[in-house]
Amino acid sequence: MNRYPWWKYTILAVALLIGLLYTVPNLYGEAPAVQVSSGKATLKIDSGMVQRVEQVLKSAGLQPDFVQFDGNSVRARFRDTDMQIKAKDAVSKALNPDAADPSWIVALNLVSRSPTWMAKLHALPMYLGLDLRGGVHFLMQVDMKSALTKKAEAFTGDMRTMLRDKNVRHAGITREGDSVEVRFRDAATAQQAQGLLSDQLPDLAWTQVADGSDIKLIGALKPEAARRVQEQAVKQNITTLHNRVNELGVAEPVIQQQGLDRVVVQLPGVQDTAKAKDIIGRTATLEIRMVNETSEARDAVAGSGPVPFGSERFLERGGRPIIVYRAVVLTGENLTDAQPNIDSQTQEPTVNLTLDGKGARIFKDVTRENVGKRMAILLFEKGKGEVVTAPVIRSEIAGGRVQISGTMTTQEASDQSLLLRAGSLAAPMEIIEERTIGPSLGADNIDKGINSVLYGFTAIAVFMSLYYLLFGVFSTLALAFNLLLLVAVLSMLQATLSLPGIAAIALVLGMAIDSNVLINERVREELRGGASPQTAINSGYERAFATILDSNITTLIAGLALLAFGSGPVRGFAVVHCLGIATSMFSSVMFSRGLVNLWYGRQKKLKGVSIGQVWRPDGGVPAAGSTVNGEGN
Amino acid sequence: MEFFRIRRDIPFMRYALVLNVVSFLTFAAAVFFIATRGLHLSIEFTGGTVIEVAYEQAADLNKVRATVEKMGYGEVQVQNFGTSRDVMIRLPVRAGEKQTEVTGRVFAALCQADAGTVGTKQYTTPQGGQVSRPSCSTAAGAEPMKLSRTEVVGPSVGEELKWDGTKALLATVVGIMIYLAFRFEWKFALAGIIANLHDVVIILGFFAFFQWEFSLAVLAAVLAVLGYSVNESVVIFDRIRETFRRMRKMDTHQVIDHAITSTTSRTIITHGCTQMMVLSMLLFGGPTLHYFAVALTIGILFGIYSSIFVAAGIAMWLGVKREDLVKVGAKESDPNDPNAGAVV
Repeated sequence: MNRYPWWKYTILAVALLIGLLYTVPNLYGEAPAVQVSSGKATLKIDSGMVQRVEQVLKSAGLQPDFVQFDGNSVRARFRDTDMQIKAKDAVSKALNPDAADPSWIVALNLVSRSPTWMAKLHALPMYLGLDLRGGVHFLMQVDMKSALTKKAEAFTGDMRTMLRDKNVRHAGITREGDSVEVRFRDAATAQQAQGLLSDQLPDLAWTQVADGSDIKLIGALKPEAARRVQEQAVKQNITTLHNRVNELGVAEPVIQQQGLDRVVVQLPGVQDTAKAKDIIGRTATLEIRMVNETSEARDAVAGSGPVPFGSERFLERGGRPIIVYRAVVLTGENLTDAQPNIDSQTQEPTVNLTLDGKGARIFKDVTRENVGKRMAILLFEKGKGEVVTAPVIRSEIAGGRVQISGTMTTQEASDQSLLLRAGSLAAPMEIIEERTIGPSLGADNIDKGINSVLYGFTAIAVFMSLYYLLFGVFSTLALAFNLLLLVAVLSMLQATLSLPGIAAIALVLGMAIDSNVLINERVREELRGGASPQTAINSGYERAFATILDSNITTLIAGLALLAFGSGPVRGFAVVHCLGIATSMFSSVMFSRGLVNLWYGRQKKLKGVSIGQVWRPDGGVPAAGSTVNGEGN
Repeated sequence: MEFFRIRRDIPFMRYALVLNVVSFLTFAAAVFFIATRGLHLSIEFTGGTVIEVAYEQAADLNKVRATVEKMGYGEVQVQNFGTSRDVMIRLPVRAGEKQTEVTGRVFAALCQADAGTVGTKQYTTPQGGQVSRPSCSTAAGAEPMKLSRTEVVGPSVGEELKWDGTKALLATVVGIMIYLAFRFEWKFALAGIIANLHDVVIILGFFAFFQWEFSLAVLAAVLAVLGYSVNESVVIFDRIRETFRRMRKMDTHQVIDHAITSTTSRTIITHGCTQMMVLSMLLFGGPTLHYFAVALTIGILFGIYSSIFVAAGIAMWLGVKREDLVKVGAKESDPNDPNAGAVV
């Protein structure tokens, strides 16, 4: 009765192997590396960079362990830090001829020392949290002035549409700083317009000023509206950052507002500032404007004339100049989504944009009036604008669903949509403080965490082995197996391990031994009751199972509640706690049973089991075979 | 080895009344302290600023306190953290102050008090990672102090965390109650949850009385303990049910006594093992895990006590009967069958 079929042993062996495979990378430690990633949103890194870096390193006489491309960056691993620093200088000099405007971010980094074949199997070490290895911490300043300016700019567009809809004739709408100005030829129209505008745009306070023969209406953002704009800008930026960081799969990122206009970004486990900058540096704002195609503008493109008033010169992706009006038709705020797609009729790759209600309305008007003309979608990064695409408007577009097609590859379409999505920041942000929390503090915490687990585990192992003898050894092995599985699962999930996470591992081990105690006590009890050893083992395991299940479920309820409502470090604790419960069910019941079966299962005439002394209240000698080894009764 | 050589069932329930009164008094005291003293919530909940500074030599707390108090940030707490060289400074949230600047200013003031100037130190670790950190160096080039950690939490985040914590606690309690009611019956569910809430309140009472810092980690410990010690009640209730089935001649008192006695060995060994682990965290885990381990220790100890006396006691006062638990079994099997109760 105490035999497992071969497939159960196979499952256990496979679990053990997988557990080992995924746990081992955690033991290798880290090696110095140089990492190259894109410094601009419009610049995409690809595997071609590997050759470039290899070439640079070769000409500098440096021999890397390997140079590899991992989707977001190219990393070169080195034997020692001397070589790493030399390599960084060489690569940086070669890739960024203009140090003031670097296209590529070259940074020092650490990568796992584990062999490449393991990395190919995705057997990678766990990330360590900010508290264990340090990490990057960014303080970001949201450019509030620009948020207000942009809001005012958007108001000018709204006003134009409103006044035209109501047939109110004006002599020009301009933006001055954070306020907007409308000129009127006569007072009556101004009066009419003021009524209309204060009605439709309650966020602006209007004042009439006489300006020569004209009347000027000045609309200033009300203080509470300004505050609201700023708050919303920060909130939207935080949300966008969250999405962006989430898309990159960084666990437990901390993105919080600090003060009125700052956002903190902490990326635990991302020791490399390059990657973090890559994520955050792509904070770009998006604007849709019309392309100026007048003859003056054509002259400006050709370089034979100045850029016309009210226009700006930008570079297209190919490097050709393009003249674009300053007036903003739409901002990233009105863009709700951008996805790459394939046109069902032409089979051409396209980029599909979705606009919100307001954006759709404006877009409809603009496209109706500008059929045949070009519009430009601009991406602003760190104050510098670049044209993502400048398509020709073929017809009036209503409903807010816009399709951009043209000669582009599928890859380009998906890159463009990513860039357009990246634009949904309400206001630009710039990193004003960047801190890498040094590893020394974290190393100390790791030692403390690991020591707690180690000493606790040893104490339990010694006690169990003394108290339950061979069964105690089996229990200890099961507990070790549990630890192995838990670490393996966490590594597989690429979870971020924090100090609370280590505490959870310790606690899970302390609680998981409960299952084995229950089993061992049951087996003893059965022996005490006079059952034969084989029966005792069998019924001990069977009967203890219901209780084990019960106790794990109650623990799991608490774990799930923490997982659902916890945040930051507590979430890390909860994840480990819940996973630990699952692995402990497997290891303490199935694995320990496997060991027992392997040891005792084949012995048909089992005389006794090594589970420590079984004491009987009546003082009599227990039924045949229920005790063993020297201790006796 | 066998620690527990119990010949007769221990009459736990004889002491139930006395101990329940004691329990109630402890409970009342805990509630009293929570109400009057309140919990010393960490800045994760209240918002505020924590600055941890590591000095080269043992730090002069009074000097640090005087320096920081002079800056006028309101109620400042200065205390050692772990060793005598590490100092933790806690500042409250103040309206109209930019919190990020506070950390810099405090560090600068402390640095100045030690005749140093603040700068930024950039270097590469021996492993090859890039580090850039604020530093404080004296004219002689020594570094009297290092900024080891700063933590700044805005008040809104704190509010959110408080609310989330409460929700997590409620979800756990409700979840466990539903499970117990489904697994046993309402009397046990009620008894179990009262017993375990009693534990939670007592842990909180300890934290309120000693004004230990109640952080997110402690909250996690409290919830983990809640789930864990409900186990204890479940194991005992399981045995009570089994005993009701098997020992048909015993009355409720005896059944409960027997159930508790026969699980004692397991209870003590399991909790002993868990406690060994927790003790290891308490001893080796450093200051960060200290209160986490303390909360677990209190929870584990009171968990044993409350499962035996409070949970079983309340179940007894509520009047559990054989019929409550073995209804289904009684219908299905012949009442005269001697093996009827052997099914688990």
